[in-house]
Amino acid sequence: MSAYSDANADLLTIELQLLLEGIFQKYGYDFRNYSKAHIRRRVLNRLSLCRLETVSELQNKVLRDPDFFRDFLEDLSINVTEMFRDPDFYRSFRENIVPKLKTYTYFKVWHAGCATGEEVYSLAILLQEEGLLERCQFYATDFNRKVLEIAKEGVYQKADMELYERNYQLSGGKGKLSDYYNSMYGSVMFKKELSKRIVFADHNLVTDGVFAEVNLVMCRNVLIYFDKMLQDKVLNLLTESLVPAGYLCLGSKESLKFSTVENRFVALDDKQKIFKKKLNV
Amino acid sequence: MYKAIVVGTSYGGLEALKLILPQLPEDFPLPVIVVLHIGEHKNDTFIRLLNELCTLQVKEAESKEPVLPGHIYFAPPNYHLLVEDDRTFSLSTDEKLNYSRPSIDILFESAAWAYQHELIGLILTGANSDGAEGLKTIKSFGGKTIVQDPCHAIAPIMPRFALKIAQPEIRLSLEAIPARLVELASSKKAVE
Repeated sequence: MSAYSDANADLLTIELQLLLEGIFQKYGYDFRNYSKAHIRRRVLNRLSLCRLETVSELQNKVLRDPDFFRDFLEDLSINVTEMFRDPDFYRSFRENIVPKLKTYTYFKVWHAGCATGEEVYSLAILLQEEGLLERCQFYATDFNRKVLEIAKEGVYQKADMELYERNYQLSGGKGKLSDYYNSMYGSVMFKKELSKRIVFADHNLVTDGVFAEVNLVMCRNVLIYFDKMLQDKVLNLLTESLVPAGYLCLGSKESLKFSTVENRFVALDDKQKIFKKKLNV
Repeated sequence: MYKAIVVGTSYGGLEALKLILPQLPEDFPLPVIVVLHIGEHKNDTFIRLLNELCTLQVKEAESKEPVLPGHIYFAPPNYHLLVEDDRTFSLSTDEKLNYSRPSIDILFESAAWAYQHELIGLILTGANSDGAEGLKTIKSFGGKTIVQDPCHAIAPIMPRFALKIAQPEIRLSLEAIPARLVELASSKKAVE
């Protein structure tokens, strides 16, 4: 980051804006309304890894070399997730949503921004334990095809299982997490019976429209990376995707506060960010 | 004039903060933004405790919330805390940095870009190297950098790293820090 300092901080802001505009025009991925601080951090990291001096040099490579762009796309997307992240959320899900789902013969779930799928398998396990997975059509989407491949395979690091097992137990799991996967050397593979109801698909929340009409939307720790305007746009899209009385689950630090859809939901669990769409407004 | 203070600390941090923060007066003109490594535990308990001790309002920083004077903000557990150029907070679930989430470096670096030379960075007691690079960034923007004297810190590693890597301007005993913060907060900073 030596090319940027106090004196030319403005230059970095300009170059970042040009880079994001270029990516949008050339590749159709729209990061223009992402958190600027997040984008700046990722771009500066990439500069130093590639030993490039300026964002303009990076932009040149990004626009002219699609393979370089593919790798750079990984930098911009957020793929860190864990199984049963926020165990209290899953506990609340069992309490507040499961009884209602049990009254349905068939329902659809959309996990928007599923990254590498750890939370998709978490919910699939929960639904399985509640006898609901068979009644469910489960869509899991992300704009990043590379992470979708990982999600589809359901293969994760064995080293992470200790934490995930602990999360699972805290979330009110009814068995052992290890009941659901097979170990192979340093990895584990989740059983195919969990994913047989899941369709993994490419969908971009920023540039694509409503994906499906569903009873439940999970979109956790995705909105925090967007600016207020984009957050609101995406919240409207999620709202339109929900049937009346459908459920919306956000990340524990995300909220509907100050959004234009706030009055279209009631909070079932304000702390765990579980909302129910009102019947009509 | 300075516009904000960022503070990073880990082991022994709560004790240090309990000494410093209650001494900031009601009319303290700068927001104080703190990363305290506490693992994945909830921080309701110590926020409540500090609120009872402090005249300033202590709270967890929320996504998109504007950074305002009169407040002491804490990063939520298991999220990185960043300051945007428009001086609102962002949260992120990115990889841990220096084995930490929240990471002091990530807060300090984002705040350095947002506030440039109008920022004060403070590293207190702690048991890893997080914060040293961030403090260096603050210094490179012309901000004021302060480190607790490691000789008297509960855990000297974090202040030592910060001293070595960032070569901060000020090294103070814990007891001397509050008065210095009050003095800096009300000072007119010479414009380069």
